[in-house]
Amino acid sequence: MSGQPSGQVRGKARQVHLAAHFPGVNNTTVWSDPRSGSHIDFASFVHFARTAERARFDFLFLAEGLRLREQRGRIHDLDVVGRPDTFTVLAALAAVTDRLGLAGTINSTFNEPFEVARQFASLDHLSDGRAAWNVVTSWDAFTGENFRRGGFLPQEQRYERAEQFLRTALELFDSWAPGDILADKESGVFLRDAAAGSFKHTDSHFDIRGRFTVPRSPQGRPVIFQAGDSDAGREFAASSADAIFSRHGEFHAGRAFYADVKRRLARYGRAPQDLLVLPAATFVLGDTDAQARERAAEVRRQQVSGATAILLLEQLWNRDLSGHDPDGPLPTEDPLPGEHTIAQGRASVRMFDDRLATARRWRELAEQHKLTTREVIIEVTARQTFVGSPATVAETINHFVQEQAADGFILAPHITPAGLDEFADTVVPLLQERGVFRADYEGTTLREHLGVGGRPVPARR
Amino acid sequence: MTAPGTTPQPVPQPLPQSAAQPAEQRESVPGGRGLGLAVALDGCGWHPAAWREAEARPGELFSGRYWTELVGEAEHGRLDFVTIEDTLALQSSRFDGPDERVDEVRGRLDAVLIAARVAPRTRGIGIVPTAVVTHTEPFHLSKAIATLDHVSSGRAGVRVRVAGSPADAAHFGRRDVPVPPASPGALPAEFVADLFDEAGDYVEVVRRLWDSWEDDAEIRDVATGRFIDREKLHYIDFAGRWFSVRGPSIVPRPPQGQPLVTALAHADLPYRFAARSADLVHVTPSDAADAARIVAEVRAAWQAAGRPAADARVFADLVVFLDDDPGRAVARRERLDERSGRRRPYRSDARIFVGTPAGLADLIEQWSGLGIDGFQLRPAVLPTDLVAITRGLAPELRRRGLFRAEYSADTLRGTLGLGLPANRYAVAAT
Repeated sequence: MSGQPSGQVRGKARQVHLAAHFPGVNNTTVWSDPRSGSHIDFASFVHFARTAERARFDFLFLAEGLRLREQRGRIHDLDVVGRPDTFTVLAALAAVTDRLGLAGTINSTFNEPFEVARQFASLDHLSDGRAAWNVVTSWDAFTGENFRRGGFLPQEQRYERAEQFLRTALELFDSWAPGDILADKESGVFLRDAAAGSFKHTDSHFDIRGRFTVPRSPQGRPVIFQAGDSDAGREFAASSADAIFSRHGEFHAGRAFYADVKRRLARYGRAPQDLLVLPAATFVLGDTDAQARERAAEVRRQQVSGATAILLLEQLWNRDLSGHDPDGPLPTEDPLPGEHTIAQGRASVRMFDDRLATARRWRELAEQHKLTTREVIIEVTARQTFVGSPATVAETINHFVQEQAADGFILAPHITPAGLDEFADTVVPLLQERGVFRADYEGTTLREHLGVGGRPVPARR
Repeated sequence: MTAPGTTPQPVPQPLPQSAAQPAEQRESVPGGRGLGLAVALDGCGWHPAAWREAEARPGELFSGRYWTELVGEAEHGRLDFVTIEDTLALQSSRFDGPDERVDEVRGRLDAVLIAARVAPRTRGIGIVPTAVVTHTEPFHLSKAIATLDHVSSGRAGVRVRVAGSPADAAHFGRRDVPVPPASPGALPAEFVADLFDEAGDYVEVVRRLWDSWEDDAEIRDVATGRFIDREKLHYIDFAGRWFSVRGPSIVPRPPQGQPLVTALAHADLPYRFAARSADLVHVTPSDAADAARIVAEVRAAWQAAGRPAADARVFADLVVFLDDDPGRAVARRERLDERSGRRRPYRSDARIFVGTPAGLADLIEQWSGLGIDGFQLRPAVLPTDLVAITRGLAPELRRRGLFRAEYSADTLRGTLGLGLPANRYAVAAT
């Protein structure tokens, strides 16, 4: 019954969805560990993808970066740097996996809809219906320096462009009807419709026309993800996406977010199950909860070296602190207000709306627990979602899903490429035993795994 | 041993001494190179009616399996590489826009993604997708091909082409192009010159980005917490008429350093573009005399671009209808022409060869002696003519001591006798 704790309803339990985020350019990935392998070699991707598929995950996810990050005007060298091209890796992974969904972030600012639609439709064909696109907007002229179109868009135009970009791409996906390819050797008719693929789209950002080159793909449209968290982003997701890559991995915030976006769906004639909420999550496992906590503390220290602590400190302080001792107290001077100049090419600098207030909170924390600069940074940047024994983590994940704080999680291990292995071997079987996670794939396409069937194809032309 | 289904070959003509040795031996000679053999894959084959042939698989054109099997067959023949055709506009019998035909193959997948899909399923063959360098972003293409090179362990290339038609431009809507002429030949000269000039800048950016990471940039120095030595990453700071690109790439240097760049060229302007930008040029001689003339022009263009003329790899394109019975090859071509629904027989920019694998081997042998380094064959029908190449032509060339029995290099550049290029940004060791 709705309104009751659904976790108790045996046999009717809500199903958990799981995805695997390939580690790389971010500050959760640990590269200094002896087990850490290449982030570039295809063998790493093969290992990671096969683990995810063996564990019956819904999909693998690749993030994107189009400019190497900088700090103080120099290339940031403390985290993993460099990554391969999203489309190329996903298409290659289609050759070494059979069922695993293949999802990638592709931004809508430094691409054109025709090209991106063509690439995703191609990927969907080449993977027999396993492609997914996380639509994001880029936000800076810094990244634009690598592209023809250069420049950047004012904040208010980014979602407008992203929305129009996606709408245009959807029109292109829909420009071929199922069955347009007849390929009847006897009669000599290849195309059922002489105008297959015709499109014409004009709005404030795009003015394109012609014939789309890729016939309708197995999923019709690749699965669409959206990752923005603003009101406009949520509305965009409610209208157009199949899943949200959410940042709300904490239980109460997760429930609030979940309720909010699901509520928005009715406005677009959609049901709650038509849009999945999948927060990003990290995990640290141990034989016992205590051992997992010890490991987690060690992972945190690996993630935040002294040099990394200073770098993150500079992002808030907005000034050069290269001489500051990470093992000493926080700086005595206040952060510099104004436009950010220290770090470029990363989203995290926008987290600090009010630098002075944030600095005040950090100082209170340091005071209260007698923490060094590095320890404060370790504390405030903690993003470990699940820490515990396999039983604890399985229980927690299930709790989130049954209590509607999430439909599942996109898990980012710390270690490439084997960081998912332990989860696959220990947590997944427990979720399967509970009957909340598939023991085997039931369908072949990602839409089938996610239960987000294609929407009706609009009448063409 | 005779491969099944091949006709008895005529007595080989005397060969230049170096070419008469077995291919493997010649390849081990420093600076030596054997005959190159490549195949251009397009849809169900190059003849517009190919898809109606009994062996054609038009229903599988959009599957990974189809392309994997074709490239696997080419690899079975130990060919140097395959190219995969691509265009931004839908196939059309007209230059100035889409046509209304329903009796020919329409629709295709992105060639770079096909290449990536095939790479993990092959071991030795080079994979060279076509990419359009008009309208698209050099940064994206550079990282895609660098990644293809990582995924294939050094077997990637890219065949670059310009897109001058209004249909291509209308898919992007970001620039005006001249009023649609009926053929590419009718485009204004200045517009065409700009297309190739832009393409030259484009490939320059692609190549600089490939070099923007030195090979040993990743250091993982736990003591200082540094993952990379950022002194070994380089801004490329390209500023030109069409775009500016800052760099560095997001992808570490590909295994080959510089994946192979190829271009199809029919005239002086594209020869000069190829000489500036490519490692290998596909040309379309109509006969032996034409082949000799083109080779001379291409090598002169190379020299004019400040590159050693001998570095140019010149591959001749041929459309092929092959059969052990020459009469059957001719009949097949006639049948396809009749079925095509076009008023005129199929024509191509490349010479059309109709005959036996042994006859084709004769032609190859003759043109090889004129300075043609290799041949890129366009199978009229897939897989029919591809199989005739791998199971008929390749063994025939092998019997004549002209073609390799096994790959002798791990990379495509190695297969073609091209060395690993130095990184333009690396400072010479002191």
